[in-house]
Amino acid sequence: MRLRKLNTEIQNSSFKRFVEVGRVVFINYGDDAGKLAVIVDIIDHNRALIDGPTTGVARHAHAFRRLTLTDLVIKDFPRGVRSNIVKKYFEKEDILEKWNQTAWARKLENRKLKASLTDFDRFKILKFKKQRRRIVQVEVASLKKSKK
Amino acid sequence: MAHAPRNRFLVPGIPRYSRCAVYAKKALYKKSRKGTFKKAEAKHETTKKVPFKDGHRIVPLEKAPRFYPAEDIPRPKKCRKVNKPVKLRPSITPGTILILLAGRFRGKRVVFLRQLPSGLLLVTGPFKINGVPLRRVNQAFVIATSTKIDISACSLDKFNDAYFKREKGSSKKVTEEELFGEKQKQKTISESRIADQKEIDSKIIAGLKAPHLKDYLHSRFSLSKGQFPHELVF
Repeated sequence: MRLRKLNTEIQNSSFKRFVEVGRVVFINYGDDAGKLAVIVDIIDHNRALIDGPTTGVARHAHAFRRLTLTDLVIKDFPRGVRSNIVKKYFEKEDILEKWNQTAWARKLENRKLKASLTDFDRFKILKFKKQRRRIVQVEVASLKKSKK
Repeated sequence: MAHAPRNRFLVPGIPRYSRCAVYAKKALYKKSRKGTFKKAEAKHETTKKVPFKDGHRIVPLEKAPRFYPAEDIPRPKKCRKVNKPVKLRPSITPGTILILLAGRFRGKRVVFLRQLPSGLLLVTGPFKINGVPLRRVNQAFVIATSTKIDISACSLDKFNDAYFKREKGSSKKVTEEELFGEKQKQKTISESRIADQKEIDSKIIAGLKAPHLKDYLHSRFSLSKGQFPHELVF
């Protein structure tokens, strides 16, 4: 009864991501920056035990301020399980695939792609953007004319 | 008792005072310089055979001086420094497109042709595309991009450092009229240079087949907001 009440409270609150066992997190600081991991256990108000056997993150305590919660949660993830079981859950839920399809992951990927562009590539993009802008502007102008 | 030398060695080979400090301390500037050291002339015949008794003997053509100069003639120090040949950055190969960073063509994207013996880079715009003529640039003032074009059709044998040497003009003084008059002398570029430029240009432009490549060479490089050259890939 109390649990159900708690659940409805959570659903009604403005927070959508919670620190919980099974929550997939994005590490944003340190050697593992840019990798995904799962919360295996919550140590205290500042740290959690995280593990990412498929993403190359060793099992360790990580401060909450050095990670970001994602929308992804592994359902019915048992607390404090060993690495090989974390791996099994991670792969069963296809977390990596789900992550890659999020707008967040795609944005990061695009950012990486953009940084790797050469000078000539940047110039070509400038040209293509100009072409696209022209097409759009011509179309907009003709529509405006026909409306009047 | 003889005093110890003022200019003692700190460690073997490194004296307490430098050569010029010794020069000042000894007040050598007060001494008049006795002539300059003459280089030994090329050896030619210095002796001759003279009949002597029943045979010959060898006698010098010029007698040795009876006196030697009392003071040594200063001998110039031999310079043992040798300029090392300039290494070309591995990112720069013939046909690489470079971005010029200094001079009046700064920001222009040009084609690298080859390195000259002086270490300078021979580049061209091509002139027809962006107005940069065949010229030499220092590789320190250049960014090499990863874009390369094919320049194997160009013959570059005649371009050396002497080709770019400034022609010696007459050193007569400029009159006031020439400086401030309406008719100012225009610098004329020799026909042969124009011809060379045209030949190279046509061969390079024939090879620019990739789309947008001509426009790319035509445009200037610049940094926009949030762009930092050390973070860019070129």
